[in-house]
Parts: sequence; structure tokens; C-alpha cells
Amino acid sequence: MKKELGIFVLLVVLCVVVSIKNPDFLQAVNLQNMARRIGMYGIYSIGLGVVIITSGIDLSVGSVFALQGIVMSIMLENWGWPWYLATPLIVVGVMALGWLHGVMVARVGMQPFIVTLCGLLIYRGVARFISGDRALGIGAGEYGVLKALAQAKPLGVPMPFVILIVVTAVMWVLLHRSVYGRYLFAVGKNEDAARFSGINTRRVIASAYVLCMALTAISGIIFVFDTGSIQGSNFGNFYELYGIAAAVLGGCSLRGGEGSVIGIVIGTALLQVLQNLVNLLGIDSSLNFAVMGTVIFVGVLADQILTQRRAAKQSVAH
Amino acid sequence: MTDALLELRSITKRFPGVTALQSVSLAVNPGEVVALIGENGAGKSTLMKILGGVHQADEGSIHIAGRQVTIRSVADAIKLGIGFIHQELNVLDNLDVAANCFLGREPLWGWPLRLINRPRIYSESETYLRRLGLNVSPRTPLRELSLAQQQMVEIAKALSQNARLIIMDEPSSCLTVTETDRLLETIRDLRQQGVSIIYISHRLNEVQQCADRVVVLRDGQNAGSLARGEISHQSMIKMMVGRDLKDMYVHGSGAKRPDYFQVQGLRTRAHPRHEISFSLACGEILGFAGLVGAGRSEMAQAIFGVDAPLAGTIALDGKPLTIRCANDAIRAGIYLVPEDRRRAGLVTEMTVRENVTLPGLSRWAAFGLIRRREENEVAVRQVESLRVKTPSVEARVLNLSGGNQQKVVLAKWLALTPRVLVFDEPTRGIDVGAKAEIYRLMRDLAERGVAIIMISSEMEEVIGVSDRIAVMHEGAITGVLDRTEFSEERIMSLAVGKAPVA
Repeated sequence: MKKELGIFVLLVVLCVVVSIKNPDFLQAVNLQNMARRIGMYGIYSIGLGVVIITSGIDLSVGSVFALQGIVMSIMLENWGWPWYLATPLIVVGVMALGWLHGVMVARVGMQPFIVTLCGLLIYRGVARFISGDRALGIGAGEYGVLKALAQAKPLGVPMPFVILIVVTAVMWVLLHRSVYGRYLFAVGKNEDAARFSGINTRRVIASAYVLCMALTAISGIIFVFDTGSIQGSNFGNFYELYGIAAAVLGGCSLRGGEGSVIGIVIGTALLQVLQNLVNLLGIDSSLNFAVMGTVIFVGVLADQILTQRRAAKQSVAH
Repeated sequence: MTDALLELRSITKRFPGVTALQSVSLAVNPGEVVALIGENGAGKSTLMKILGGVHQADEGSIHIAGRQVTIRSVADAIKLGIGFIHQELNVLDNLDVAANCFLGREPLWGWPLRLINRPRIYSESETYLRRLGLNVSPRTPLRELSLAQQQMVEIAKALSQNARLIIMDEPSSCLTVTETDRLLETIRDLRQQGVSIIYISHRLNEVQQCADRVVVLRDGQNAGSLARGEISHQSMIKMMVGRDLKDMYVHGSGAKRPDYFQVQGLRTRAHPRHEISFSLACGEILGFAGLVGAGRSEMAQAIFGVDAPLAGTIALDGKPLTIRCANDAIRAGIYLVPEDRRRAGLVTEMTVRENVTLPGLSRWAAFGLIRRREENEVAVRQVESLRVKTPSVEARVLNLSGGNQQKVVLAKWLALTPRVLVFDEPTRGIDVGAKAEIYRLMRDLAERGVAIIMISSEMEEVIGVSDRIAVMHEGAITGVLDRTEFSEERIMSLAVGKAPVA
């Protein structure tokens, strides 16, 4: 709870500072644009957070976006499949990749970093190959609901943000109020103790990868219809790292067992506000990554120092 | 007392809210083995941390060979000739023996490349290993050594630093019986060579065997000391707890319903060629004795399903059970209190409440959502009935003492409906007072009709607590003794695989 509050205060301070320096920050267009981006990035970041809570990692997310986009474009544009057939197929297919990662990690016992790093390389390669390394378009036809997912603005609120709120609510209940959520945290902190308490740890771990890919698939559909064009070689590049950054900023520990859904969403928002800040304050956009990296670094460093101080105080009391 | 090697004079140490040590004095003569005993929280570790420079005393002074000294770090202590052997070994198992001995103070040559003088560390390590009678090459990687041998390497390291006083903190806690005997022998040799030793242990047997003098701490104060001739279990326990502990072990009113829990032809992954068969009555405590590595923990884990058995049948109350995972056992009411509670028993970073309700969580949930009030009530009820000392159920388990942590493990299972409870080394690292409480709990459970299996490597405990004792050797049960047949000699000879003596 403390961690979320800290980063939330940071987010508010940043927003206030930017809006004083450049009132354009508060313009409806800018806010809508930011909300849309927070929505798109937030959905899969929550999924990544779930994997990180089990002390795993998923590096393949960005490449999955590319592969998913290319396949969707081919299904819808080249083969003319109806969207209501292609979409469930795509989501199930992406979840199957998550299941594969989960089996490799939980049953075979490979390291999550390695498994998903291979995924990152393989899916990117396959995406480039089947698209002939060309950019494919999507969204020229009538895709009704799908297009609306990315572009509709009910009551002026961008649809991706609405979806994020729904996903956040569902995932919050799942992680912080359900039996499954408690198991996730227990497995992430101490897999042995969880197993000795009768928890099917393998299934819990594998399911986290499936869940992550399910949310990735939803994000992916929105990204695809947001840009309308997919280049296999760079679509979704680095997106897994944005997700990991958001989760870590939001209080997840890469050692597992720690983190919260709200924290991850605030973390995502912070990253997007930072991007916006670089644009609005006229900072050279090539510094984009450097600004992001610095903020994450300082945030995590501050947290580390506070934790150590608290621990020192406790050990004196003993 | 001017010829004492080490003298601590009225050391007082206060922490916010508590006085950990109240004018404690301790003297060690050259070539003397002093055992330091006391319940957990009596101040032993604080005293040793002051010697190691981790804490500074608020009052009092430290004298070495009559000269007053200040110790601000472990390095200071080492310079003054004090070596430490901790409960958890401080060795690097990816390096070899010699590299471990000289870690951090390697002799160098070839300035400015700062290369390690390898011939020298190997030859010097060799001398110290020989002095300890440890028959391994200094080139052996640590990971190829047993725990006992690794500990010897630590002692060799202390000697190579010219330690005149070696402090051993619970050195036998992970050693087998024979290894412990070797350690005690080494201590006698070191004493002959003029090295002094402070031996901290909960195992009174060992203290009795090796100590020249016993110093007892209670509640941060000197409770007294015992000279060689006065050392006995009774006298030590009396001094530690300040009262007699005659009722440490409680006997039951007898077993009911024989063959309540039956294991037939059980084979485990660790000893696939041996079969284990035994049966247990309602309300009975069956002790499992044997040496470390006899396959007792593996048997427990097979029965509990975390390491599924290769073969065999398990029946409870006449009904056969299929146990493929821990959840199968839990559903049948068979629970395990594991040997290593911090690794397998508890998620220590989680709260008491979350730990207590972990195995039965779905019982206090509807549609997969936890009913928080009910969960909280369950935890509070268990904490109260087991008298777990914790500020609240929301405290994290890692902040509790060993005895209270063990009670939390027990609370996990008592919140459900135990029919068979398997305790694996239930009192390891727990002080005398808490031990007695655990024994009483086990007996109460048995009286309420739970069948209890207790694996223990402490001879006193097995004999004191059990109604019957099964002894294991290399994966097989070599004998089952009734209460009238209990004796240390019988158990030992069965444990090493010899035929029982009449």
C-alpha cells in the first residue's frame, strides 16, 4: 500500500509540474490521447505483473504483438475471414503460446528468462518471414467491434482506457481477493512451502503465463487497430520492457511474491506521462528513453533505501 | 583470573525497549571448553555478537590475556585470535578447500597483477587439515564434501588465522550422530593443543560430553555456572529455566483402534529397493529414530505426497488411499510438519493469517473468493488456542521466534481436521520451554484420537515422547520397539543396521 501511495504522489506531482509548465497538458485531446495509451500499455503490463509475481518473466510480449498482428492481417485482409471467427482463434492461439511457456517453465524446469527470450527471437523471426518482411495493413474493411475497441470514445473516454478499467477491476479481485491470487503470491515467495501446503504449484505457475498472454492478446488487438499497419521487424519492439518497467515501478519485485494491480496501472500511467512530458516540454525526443530510465532508476533506488532503513530500524528493535 | 584468555566483565547491552544483557560476565581459560547454554532469547547470540563486533556493549569491558580491547568488527575479533563457526556454514561451495581457508587474505605475488600464491595456500591448508585429522586434499571443491567436512574446513580456516579461541554456535545442528562424535573428538584435540572453545548448543548430551565448565544465561543475566563434576541434564535444565522440568514428557492413556493407519510396501525415490511397512493406532505416537540419511524424511514426504511414492499402499481407517500429490493427503487428513520449516513449512514473508489458512483456503472461500472475515476468525482462533506469541495475526512470520514459527506450521493443520500428523524433527532449533509445549500439544492431539508419527534425531526426545519407536537404517525399518524395550543402546544398534541386542 505504501509503495502505491509513493508512486501515486510522484505521478500527481509530475502532472502538476507539467501542466504548470505547459497548460496544453490539460487539453482534452492530450488527455484523451494519454488515456488511450495508458489503456493499451496497461492491459498487458498487468499480465506481465502476474508472471513477475510468480518470480518469472515474459520477454516475448513484444514479438507476440508482431506475430499476432501479422497473422491477424493475413486472416482478415488476405483470406477475408470474418472478424468474429479470426479474433477468438487469435486469442486462443496466443494463449497457447503462454501455455507452452508455462509448461517449459513449470514442468520442464527451464528458466523463464531463457524460455521467453527464445520466444522473443522465434516469434519475431516468424512474423518477419510470413509477412515477407513487408508492412501489412489492416483496418481498411469493416471490422465493427474490433475497430471500436481501439478507436471508440464513449462519453469522450477512449475505449482502451475503459477496457483497462474493466481489466484492472477483474484482475484486482483475482489477485487480491481470490484463492488463486493468494496462491500466486505464495508460490512466488516460497514455492516449496506452497507445495507442502497442498498447492499445485506447477499449475499455478503455468496459468500465470497463460493469463499474461490472454491480456497480451487483448492489448495486441487494440495496438493493431490503433496503428493500422504492422511491420514485422519493429511492431511491438521493446514493449515487454515497458511492461516490466511499469510493474517494477508499481512495486513488483523481480524476486517474486510482491506487487499489486493498482501499482502496475499507476506505473504504466507514470511512464506515459513521462513520454508526454518529453514532448510537451520540448525536450529532445531522442532523450525519451534516458528520461524514462532515470525515473525508474531513481524510483527503485529510493524504494531500496527506504526498505533498508526500515529493516535496520526493525533489527535494532529486536 | 588474570590468566584468563578471554574475560568479559559485566557486559550490559540495551536495545530500545529491552535490556538484552544485564552485567553478564564470562571468562575462558586457555585450553578450556566452556559451554554457553540458555533458552532462546536468553542473550547468548547478543553476547557473541558483541564478541564479533556486530554490537558494542553499553557497559562493561572485554579483556584478552589481561589487556582491555575494543572489538568493532569481525576483522578485529579475528586479529585478536577469536574465530567463529556459525550454525549456518560460511563456505563457498564453488571454490576448493584451500581457497576457502584463505578467502579474503590470500598471499599474493607478482605485483601489480596480484596473483594468488597457490603453492603456499595449498601447502598451508594441508597442514591444518592434517592437524584436524581431515583426510581430504586441499584441492577438493567444497561441494564434494559433506556438511561435517565443510565444517572442519571452517575450523581449519579459523586455525589458519591463528585463532586461540573458537566460538561454535550450534555446530552439531545439521550433523549426524557419528559426525557429531567426530566433532566432539576434534574439540578434545583442539583443547589439547591449547585452543579454547566456547560451545553454544541446545543439545545437553553433547555439552555433557565435551564441556569443562557450563555457563548458563537466563533472561540476559548470568544464571550460574557448573563445574565439570556438576554437569548433568537435570542441573542444566533447572538452571536454564529456573525450575525443574519433570513434566517435560507426558505419557498417553494408551492407543485405541490398532491399525488405524497402515503403510504397506512403501518405496521411495531415495531408497527404491527397500520397502517400508508399519501400522499405527489412533492416539499413538510412533517415533522414527535413525541416522540422518536413513530415509525417514523421504518416507514422510512420500506419505504426504510431495514426493509421490514409487509403490506401496496406504490405508486410513481400513480404507485404501491413493496419494499422488500433497493435496490428496491433505484431503484424507494426513498432514506433514516438515523438517525445514523456513523452506517448506512457511512462507515467512507472509503474515501469520495467510500462512495459517494457506492449505485450507478454499474451505473459507466462495466461488474462488476468500471470505475475509471467516479467514481472519480461523487464524485468530488458532493463534489463541496454540498461544502463538505474535503481536497480531497480521504480523509477518519471519518476525516470530523459532518455537512460535513452529506453532504457526502446526496451526495450518489444526485449522483443518487432522487424522494423521507427521512431525519431522519438530523441535529442531527450538528452546527447552517451547519444546515442552510442543510435546504437550502432540500428546493432546494423540489423546483426541490423532495418529502421530514423529521423526527425530534426538535420542532423548524419541525415548521421552514416543509410545513405540521404529528404527530405520538405509531406507528400511530395522526394528520396532515397545516402551518397555526402549534404550539408547538398542536404538543405536538398530540405527547402524546391527541386529538388536537382547
